Amino acid sequence: MPAKTPGTGRHDHQETALSSLATVLPLASDEGGSTFHAPSIADFFPPPILFEGTIFEFNRIQFVRLVAAVVLVIVFVTIARRAKLVPGRSQNLIEMGLDFVRVNVAEEILGKERAKKHVAVLTTMFFAILAFNITSIIPGLNIAGTALIGLPVLLAAWAYVRYLSAGVSEHGLGGFLKASLFPPGVPWYMYVLLTPIEFLTVFVIRPATLAIRLMANMVAGHLMLVLCFSATQYFLVDSALAMKPFGVLTFVAGFAMTLFEAFVAALQAYIFVVLTAVYISLSVEHEH
Amino acid sequence: MSAAAITAAVVTAAESSEEIDGIRLLIPEPADILWSAVVLIIIAVAFYKYALPTFNRILDERTEKIEGGLAKAESVQAEAAAALEEYHLQLAEARTEAARIREDARTEGGQIVAEARQKAQDEAARISETASRQIEAERQQAEVQLRTDVGSLATQLASKIVGESLEDEVRRTRVVDRFLDELEASAVATSGKKGS
Repeated sequence: MPAKTPGTGRHDHQETALSSLATVLPLASDEGGSTFHAPSIADFFPPPILFEGTIFEFNRIQFVRLVAAVVLVIVFVTIARRAKLVPGRSQNLIEMGLDFVRVNVAEEILGKERAKKHVAVLTTMFFAILAFNITSIIPGLNIAGTALIGLPVLLAAWAYVRYLSAGVSEHGLGGFLKASLFPPGVPWYMYVLLTPIEFLTVFVIRPATLAIRLMANMVAGHLMLVLCFSATQYFLVDSALAMKPFGVLTFVAGFAMTLFEAFVAALQAYIFVVLTAVYISLSVEHEH
Repeated sequence: MSAAAITAAVVTAAESSEEIDGIRLLIPEPADILWSAVVLIIIAVAFYKYALPTFNRILDERTEKIEGGLAKAESVQAEAAAALEEYHLQLAEARTEAARIREDARTEGGQIVAEARQKAQDEAARISETASRQIEAERQQAEVQLRTDVGSLATQLASKIVGESLEDEVRRTRVVDRFLDELEASAVATSGKKGS
């Protein structure tokens, strides 16, 4: 990252666009006039805070992730510590979430018996992804922990290991490869075509799509939010009076995008665990 | 959403291409991976070691409690049903018993009455028998007495009339018997005449 002063100023502006309208001032003075700056993917590569240049490089997104993880763990551990047979309000809420993953995802897709083995990983994944996604609309954090590819890649790798090992432990290594690469019920010559496709699907496309879908959704959500709110700021603060109604419009759009982002955060967490459950189910099933 | 993301990424990448290459979105940096692993491990450890087992335990306990409650309610209900059944049975038994006792009492009463009647009849028969026997004895006695008395009276009378001609014992007896026979015969003839 080049240490250009205007560039740094702009990064700061974009990162905190939602939390503080005042940050526009350095930008305005830097550029010597009022110009609109679209959000950029530089948002996802903020300057390091700690350990610059080492493998421990710690930046704003890592900080956001750490906050999300710590908050999630504190919420769960506190409520688990106070958990009683007759649940209180907060415990009910958590149990509703746990129930949702167990019943609507694990048991629905894997069946009651198989779900028992995989419900823990699905639950952990769901709440972790939800926590990392929801930071995209929390003022002050304003970016999803899953918007940087590293975390989605690790989550997808976890799902990948999980569904491969589930398949191998169900059928044995040979049996699993045969079941997934040579689907039964097709004439042998079709395998020339099918086997490479199945190989790509099982070993490359599934984990890649898991990771990229999650990351891309969060990146897009963040860009849309920043676009709406920096436009609002530009129209309301920097533009001529005639342009100010547009600022109201973009603010409403930003508000709607915030709600939509909350929905997407939950939806993507749900999609991720549903697909993981489906992949596990495809691996352990005898016929597919 | 993905399409929007890619479009937005392309647009913004083009705008800021002097600094950030768009492909960096897809290639994780080592530091990124490392810190991702750290936060994931924090969450996974907390969930696997504490939160999930605790909630599972609570849920299992609750299920068990509910099932126990249901089983208990069921057993209590079964008990109540059994008690009711027994009560009905006892009631029916008691009714049967009462009916039997009543029937017995009636039978016994009838028997007692019949016995008493029989006894009374027997007694009456006995009494009338005794009476008739006594009457017969008295009648016979009276007959003997009468016979003797009538004989002696007649003899006396006859002696008075005939004199001492009848002093002789043998003759006297004979005369008396003949007289009596005649008397009896006349009595028989009279009764026969009356009977006819």
